[in-house]
Amino acid sequence: MSDQIVQFAYLLAAVLFILGLHNLSSPRTAPRGNMMAAVGMLIAIVATLLVTGVVDYWIILAGVVVGSAIGAVLALRIQMTAMPQMVALLNGFGGAASTLVASAELLRYMRRAESPEGIVPIAIVLGVLIGGVTFTGSLIAFAKLQEMMRGAPITYRGQQFVNALLGLGAVALCVGVVLDPFDMPVFSGLVAMSLLLGVLLVIPIGGADMPVVISLLNSYSGLAACATGFVLGNSGLVISGSLVGASGIILTKIMCDAMNRSLANVLFGAFGAVDEAAVASGAAAARGTVKGYTPEDAAVIFSNSRSAIVVPGYGMAVAQAQHAVRELADELEKQGVRVKYAIHPVAGRMPGHMNVLLAEADVPYEQLIEMDEINPEFPETDVALVIGANDVVNPDARTEKSSPIYGMPILDVDRAKHVFVLKRSMNPGFAGVQNPLFYNDNTMMVFGDAKDTILKMVEAVRQFR
Amino acid sequence: MLDDPAVALTILVLALFVGFEVIAKVPPLLHTPLMSGSNAISGITIVGALLAAGHEERTLSTVLGFVAIVVATINVVGGFLVTNRMLAMFKRKRDRP
Repeated sequence: MSDQIVQFAYLLAAVLFILGLHNLSSPRTAPRGNMMAAVGMLIAIVATLLVTGVVDYWIILAGVVVGSAIGAVLALRIQMTAMPQMVALLNGFGGAASTLVASAELLRYMRRAESPEGIVPIAIVLGVLIGGVTFTGSLIAFAKLQEMMRGAPITYRGQQFVNALLGLGAVALCVGVVLDPFDMPVFSGLVAMSLLLGVLLVIPIGGADMPVVISLLNSYSGLAACATGFVLGNSGLVISGSLVGASGIILTKIMCDAMNRSLANVLFGAFGAVDEAAVASGAAAARGTVKGYTPEDAAVIFSNSRSAIVVPGYGMAVAQAQHAVRELADELEKQGVRVKYAIHPVAGRMPGHMNVLLAEADVPYEQLIEMDEINPEFPETDVALVIGANDVVNPDARTEKSSPIYGMPILDVDRAKHVFVLKRSMNPGFAGVQNPLFYNDNTMMVFGDAKDTILKMVEAVRQFR
Repeated sequence: MLDDPAVALTILVLALFVGFEVIAKVPPLLHTPLMSGSNAISGITIVGALLAAGHEERTLSTVLGFVAIVVATINVVGGFLVTNRMLAMFKRKRDRP
């Protein structure tokens, strides 16, 4: 009987998760959706504690208190610009939890001298493998995003061969554990192998490809929870895990499509490694001269404009320029300029990164426009203001078949009447590709820290009021 | 409950489809909160961690369970709180002070 109550509570939790995610379809209902999902989680936890065979509450209380304190501090103190790191870290913890739970279950079977049956041993190895890869893979992604290690791909000769070999080794260890779950050396080998694989699979992936990696790891953390659900025979875990798995898969696909690359190419292509061909084609594109302008020059053009589109990229996040951007937009709007924001799906380091930063700076979300919707508006727009974005505005992606980013959907900023590009220097972006936009006649380059530059623009624009 | 692989697989596949349907309707505007929120949901593994840590025998699996509770709680509490913080920032023009 009590077991049925718990199952019912898990079902209720799953329903609340689904309704919660459903409410994320609009920013107005989204806070309520998040609350519903949190209530669902609380129900699942309380039901587990009250009804099942839990006897040792002290150890649980200690774990929950420590975890809540760390989680709350992280969540309340993290800067919005650091959100990709935060999500990577949370993904990693989810993966670690799955590995730990699957391992603990195996140990309990061993203690009871009772062989796991049916799909349980397969679920255990999957939980350990996916969870382990998610854990260390996310830590590497975190380190790259936090700039604790180089963002550029780390490659070596024979890398793919080594990874393939280790992948086969992991499969062999999985089979070994399924055949004899109580063979501890083999099981430990599997744990070690999955942790190693997580590291090796993420180090060759460059910083600009992090949106894909984080989405994929998000999906893995769900699938690992799913596997754990099979281990425990718990439908609540299976349903919730699959929801998260599905979410990660969809986001991964959106990110890959937005770069016109296959998942395999992102994972194994080491995009952004210093590539002779790319440098050569970049040199060919480096025609004409770049014109450097001051923020005051830009202000003169702004003062004669009716419409402007701001195109934010990772550089805006690095410079923490989102509040300055909002100030500039406010000032321009006061002078009758219509301001919108064009958001490329892979701008920044995770899906939706730019939207969160601009929302933080109180930019109303109606002004944040998606790529397909805003692209037709560029030809009618007086000024496109590109802030720290590079590859997502590179016209070569439309026309230059030899370019590494050819075919990637871009924001057509070059079709605006004037283009201001705010950049720290002429260094090419992460993909290492030169950008002909910088040499166009209607492009004005303004070099310097994006935040300083924009604040100077605000001052200069104010003079024209 | 999930001893029958066919039942288990049925639940898995149906839940995946529900997931695809629901998530596909989330606008790109909210993709970051979607990630952190779904992350918190994947912290459901905490249920397994509670079971692993809370059994009477104190063994290595209790230790693993304890560590699992800590990381899963970070996931749940951190995920829902940071999502809540982010969602509170999305405002319409007329909501602005």
